[in-house]
Amino acid sequence: MRVLLENRGFATGARMADDAFLRIANLVKEFDGHRAVDDVSLDIAKGEVFALLGSSGCGKTTLLRMLAGFETPTSGTITLDGRDLADLPPYVRPMNMMFQSYALFPHLTVFDNIAFGLRRERLPATEIAQRVDAMLKLVQLAPYARRKPHQLSGGQQQRVALARSLAKKPQLLLLDEPLGALDKKLREETQIELARIIHDVGVTCVMVTHDQEEAMTMASRIAVMSEGRFLQVGAPAEIYETPASRFVADFIGNVNLMDGTLVVDEADHVVVDCGDVQHRIGHGITGTRGMPVTVALRPEKIRIRRDALTSPATPDVGVNRAHGTIKELAYFGSFTVYHLELASGRILKVSQSNAERQQGAQLTWGDAAWATWTDLSPVVLTQ
Amino acid sequence: MKKPGRGGRFAVIAVPYAWLLVFFLLPFLVVARISVSEMETTTIKDIVEWKDGALAITAKLGNYLLLAQDDLYLRTYASSLVYAAVTTVLCLVIGYPFAYFMARARRSLQPALLMLVMLPFWTSFLLRVYAWKALLTEHGLVADAIEQVGLDRALAAAHLIPGPGQLMNTPFSLILGMTYTYLPFMILPLYSNLAKMDLRLLEAAADLGASAWTAFWRVTVPLSRAGIVAGAMLVFIPCVGEYVIPELLGGPQTQMIGRTLWDEFFSNNDWPMACAVAVTMVLLVIVPLAVFSRYQAEATRQAS
Repeated sequence: MRVLLENRGFATGARMADDAFLRIANLVKEFDGHRAVDDVSLDIAKGEVFALLGSSGCGKTTLLRMLAGFETPTSGTITLDGRDLADLPPYVRPMNMMFQSYALFPHLTVFDNIAFGLRRERLPATEIAQRVDAMLKLVQLAPYARRKPHQLSGGQQQRVALARSLAKKPQLLLLDEPLGALDKKLREETQIELARIIHDVGVTCVMVTHDQEEAMTMASRIAVMSEGRFLQVGAPAEIYETPASRFVADFIGNVNLMDGTLVVDEADHVVVDCGDVQHRIGHGITGTRGMPVTVALRPEKIRIRRDALTSPATPDVGVNRAHGTIKELAYFGSFTVYHLELASGRILKVSQSNAERQQGAQLTWGDAAWATWTDLSPVVLTQ
Repeated sequence: MKKPGRGGRFAVIAVPYAWLLVFFLLPFLVVARISVSEMETTTIKDIVEWKDGALAITAKLGNYLLLAQDDLYLRTYASSLVYAAVTTVLCLVIGYPFAYFMARARRSLQPALLMLVMLPFWTSFLLRVYAWKALLTEHGLVADAIEQVGLDRALAAAHLIPGPGQLMNTPFSLILGMTYTYLPFMILPLYSNLAKMDLRLLEAAADLGASAWTAFWRVTVPLSRAGIVAGAMLVFIPCVGEYVIPELLGGPQTQMIGRTLWDEFFSNNDWPMACAVAVTMVLLVIVPLAVFSRYQAEATRQAS
């Protein structure tokens, strides 16, 4: 995982406007009057791994296909390294795509699949063989060069597809749901492997995914998309910890969303009254007293215990705490998820990591319990 | 639900096997038997005889020897194969773009296009071939058009017709008739193959730097190999033994084996010779058929 963190640090550091390697400006794509991509602008720096994250039909795939040249934008421009891509057909664009479920040529061997792009450049046979062998080593498939795609497992096919898209040394690598066709266990392993290879090659990368874990582990920056627009663009932690809107907070991870009214509005803290729960939140917002807001509180940022402890973290009795009974409980091994039902009927989702082995006296169905959190845990959303 | 036992499975397979046995293998054995029999004026002698306590099997191979030695038969076989091959190539060249554009047409349009390809089957095959006679004869609609554009001179130069203006009963009219008749048998398997193709493979090829033309030759054509083989076999095999089209549209130059077969049966009344011709033809056709089923087996294996 160290590789991933280095990668991320480099890319966020390099994020400056005049440094844009790939620039998307006011891009629009209409299908029969419906805007699949609606006035999107984005700068991506060299070496960045950028993820377009959204549910199906949000326009992320259309955007990727416009980058590859398979769709023509209705309006707007795409420039790569200062060069307008508008008039370039897909086969001359200096970028390669790894297709969803790979689109490997079934009639060609692994070797010939990877060599396909190189042969189009009319490189000498010896150079092609060298490059393909290097690619096979990179994805650890050297013994499988003579196999046909249907003789490989899903994970191996995925690596062939990656090798094929990297063989031409593209300036930009496009990944369409790179791990979508793999089962869960394999996906976790491949995710790290894929991130390592992309980092080693150092290629700028735009990926499309509906899987937030995939986006968060692999990308240096994420754009959350919905209905053809970017709702928020930022580093994974930024999007997770300070979502800009209810939609983003709800889409990424689990969250308790509570509607309330702003009752105290100070520079360093605010207080939100949600009826049954009072939140003291340690950051200021631009708003006015009495305005309706939403408080987002992640389940893992709440502590759950049998008795209410007054601690320095919760100085005021009555704020940042709630009492209720445990309605549901799901034990996941490394952590447990509780659904705490408050007197008002509100359900508060709490997840507690099982740092110690569970002994006899843990909380169970029907137990009364206290949920507490600090003023650094919730975030106020105004949209 | 009860799992069908071995008996049930056997019964299902037995039906087509029994069909082939009764309607193909047995008649073929009868024909093969006659081909090695002697003729006694109008009766065919038994090849197995029980005489003086000795079992005598008399197989007369003279017919086959004659077939192998007589120039006329050899030339007829050869020209049958050549005409069938030329027809197959022409059907492929005309049928491939046809099938390709059908398979890539709008989904809603495809049933209508498919219908158009099959429409000729609504009319009798004999009538359609006969119609070509009227079209190709002197001052026929097609004959006039061909003469107008000067195509007949090119055909005469290629020795496909004896001279300008003489289109009927020539190699040209024969090939035209066979290509016209068998074209749907090429288009249909090609279409069903091309329609199944994963179009993302073409996008992948374009993404990797292949122009549309390169992608067609490097991806579409190799992937449609099973369709090409199926279509080619469906055209080639019946063309080799074709009788009606050479009879109606062919001429003295275009002797084909189907015609020879007819002559041996009905003009010469030499049944053993006719049967020998037929057996040889079946063997000639079985070879490409074996190739075909091998490809099919391979394609099925690859698909799974």
